[in-house]
Amino acid sequence: MATKKTSFRGLGAKFLDGAEPLIRILIYASGWSAIIFVAAIFYFIFQEAWPILPRVNWGDFFFTNDWVPVPAEGNEATYGAKSMMYGTFAVTIFSMIIAVPLGLGAAIYISEFATGKVKETFKILIELLAAIPSIVWGFIGLVVLNPIIQSVFGVPVGVNLLNGSIVVAFMAVPLIVSISEDALRAVPDSYREAALALGASKWEIVYRVLFPAAKNGLLAACMLGVGRAVGETMAVLMATGNGMVIPENFANPAILLDKVRTLTATIVSELPDSVHGGDHYRMLFVIGIVLLIFSVVINVTSDIIVKGIKGDQKNA
Amino acid sequence: MERRKVLVEGIAKKVMLVAALCLIVPVLAIIAYIFYKASPVLGLDYLWGVPEGGGTGGGIWPPLIGTFFLVLVSLCICAPIGIMAGIYLNEYAPDNWFTRIINMAVTSLAGVPSIVHALFGVGAFVLTFGMGESLLAASCTIAVMTIPVLITSTREALSAVPMAFRQACWNMGATKWQTIRTIVLPNSISGILTGVILEVSRAAGETAPILFTGAAASIPFMADSLGDKLMPYFLGDKFMALSYHLKVVADKLNDVPEAMKYGTAAVLIGLIFILNSFSIVLRMYLRSRKKW
Amino acid sequence: MTTHINFLDLSVYYGSHKAVDEVTMNIQKNEIFGIVGPANSGKTTLLKTINRTLDLITGTRTTGEVSIDGTNVRNIGNVNHLRRRIGMVFPLPVGLPLTVYENVAYAPRRAGIHDKETLDELVEQCLKQAVLWDEVKDRLDTLGTKLSGGQQQRLTLARALAHQPEILCLDEFSIAIDPVTTMKIEDILVQLKEKMTIVLVTNLTQQARRLAGHVAFLNASQLVEWGETEKMFSNPEKEITGRYLNGDFG
Repeated sequence: MATKKTSFRGLGAKFLDGAEPLIRILIYASGWSAIIFVAAIFYFIFQEAWPILPRVNWGDFFFTNDWVPVPAEGNEATYGAKSMMYGTFAVTIFSMIIAVPLGLGAAIYISEFATGKVKETFKILIELLAAIPSIVWGFIGLVVLNPIIQSVFGVPVGVNLLNGSIVVAFMAVPLIVSISEDALRAVPDSYREAALALGASKWEIVYRVLFPAAKNGLLAACMLGVGRAVGETMAVLMATGNGMVIPENFANPAILLDKVRTLTATIVSELPDSVHGGDHYRMLFVIGIVLLIFSVVINVTSDIIVKGIKGDQKNA
Repeated sequence: MERRKVLVEGIAKKVMLVAALCLIVPVLAIIAYIFYKASPVLGLDYLWGVPEGGGTGGGIWPPLIGTFFLVLVSLCICAPIGIMAGIYLNEYAPDNWFTRIINMAVTSLAGVPSIVHALFGVGAFVLTFGMGESLLAASCTIAVMTIPVLITSTREALSAVPMAFRQACWNMGATKWQTIRTIVLPNSISGILTGVILEVSRAAGETAPILFTGAAASIPFMADSLGDKLMPYFLGDKFMALSYHLKVVADKLNDVPEAMKYGTAAVLIGLIFILNSFSIVLRMYLRSRKKW
Repeated sequence: MTTHINFLDLSVYYGSHKAVDEVTMNIQKNEIFGIVGPANSGKTTLLKTINRTLDLITGTRTTGEVSIDGTNVRNIGNVNHLRRRIGMVFPLPVGLPLTVYENVAYAPRRAGIHDKETLDELVEQCLKQAVLWDEVKDRLDTLGTKLSGGQQQRLTLARALAHQPEILCLDEFSIAIDPVTTMKIEDILVQLKEKMTIVLVTNLTQQARRLAGHVAFLNASQLVEWGETEKMFSNPEKEITGRYLNGDFG
């Protein structure tokens, strides 16, 4: 046997291999961490809201407009979140009216019509679009879109439902594009070829073959867009005007030019002023619970829609 | 094909193209406009300077370095966990309902609104774990929020390594970990790095989660020595961050000169675009030099 | 002669499909044992039960037992030790994305050999045994994945020999190799059987006839029959065996 000259690399390898049981424990623990994090989020948010939960008047919470956490002398504080739910609902609806057609159109263009460099470029640009932070969108709404809306519609203040919806639409759209594109790409090429052989045009393939085949994925994309819109915080805070208004007539398009206030914006703007441990503070965590449950339901449902209950990718 | 068909096809294609362009062009225009408006202040003095008069003058060094530390600390927390979780899901996880639940937890975690993460950060790190409003509490909150980015991209990078390599190693008696260490990780490291960069870019832009967990609108900044300037915040301190600073100057509608506002936005956008471009270039480079 | 590997009532299921059906046979120490049969007859699956890599495929189930030197492989605590005792060469050549040198040195390193001279010697010896040394000796630092298909195949052979196994399983090793090189490797296999037991799965019945002491014929998951090579070829018990081995079947 030759003289032992164990290299440094050898020592490192020995150490790393010897540590395998420990590393395996770390890997398993990390793997399960996602569950722990989600559980922790539920636990700590419930912990802060807990003392008030038995006293919450859910009827008032969901169906009345008066959110008066700091009432005048001698009055009871009231927590009616209907106007904020309206705000969240309105921003979501109007942003989806913009985002869904644009997002699906762009996804179809990128996946089915564009080729080569054009396709690559669009994909990169959409990726960059997705990277723009919420606060920058808020800045765009407040500083750039605000004066534009003022002059176009002749209103004194340009931060309103319209502004907020445009901003949220642009924030939700990259998600819609990328999930829809995945769904379209998951349709086997043989479907396209078969339809092409029957003399279908590309557009006919899109709405006769791809839409039905990818409908689950496209639906999930729209749901995740809704989830994003509901949960969006900084941008809506800055771009919607953050004022509680419930319109009298929902059919009047002028509601677009009213201020609104969403659930998320309420938490951001009121948490610093609420007394820690007080009812107001805890009610903000109750709103957090509503948002949390909503987002988990949306995400789990869309995940099941795309991957099926067992998690196989086949019926995407 | 009949003429009507050709016509419809042409129109459909144009409509789709317009949809795609509607997303891209206005945003590019707005970003160009932001940079144009910011151009009077953009420069080393602005990046290196300290805010004066509550953000009405001076530069943005304190929030810039604050964001750097926020990102660094959060990365130190979530990189090991996220990468190992990705390894678990791709290499170790059995194909059963428990793994399915983990996957659902990852998607849920990615979908939880940022303000809910903020509330979680307040309840868990600031109050229960006694960190107070601090750099550490904010970093922990950001780490939990961005960890799905790392898990997903690590898993993707690992799954790009062909199964046959692993089988060859196992046939030679290499253990699972030896196989991962010697073959799987060396061949997916750039993909994992892409995920790390994306995490950094997400962390740098987030605002809501740090609002109540440690970010401050303004902190008296000692810039006497270079050391103070490079290392102004410790883990237990409150800190300034670029994203929050942007909110602060944007809200002061009239006091802050326009270029100062646009400057902060431009630096934040620039930072994030540079990071993302870096990850895109890395990915392309990767695709161009496959080892198999 | 002593029995080295013993299959007893071994069945393997992929889900509900039975890939190996109650195989019972034994392989002697230091012989070349040929396994022949048409595609999908369960030959490769049989090899995978020996080093338990079958366990890594989800949805498989085995009944019966495989034992080496009288020990059921199921009862070997450290499966990696078991795998190090067995060299495996599969028909799809897989060069690892490492240098040629590191490809061959992979298994010895995992077994804890890090001494440079020992490794150099071992790598050279194994590459020579795989008839690859002359082609790669000047470029040991190129990537294993950049070699040609036939070279990669011989690289996998060298790799399997590098941990000095007591059993060498070859699954259609000559599929991508030219006839001249194949003959050279066959000569080396005859030398190697002094040191190890060789299980040779092959499509080429004549190759089995040239090399093997015993031959087993598998068809449709079942072991049709097995026995001494000459008897199998000249006077088989079942008619179908004779037809397959003499090339007028399938």
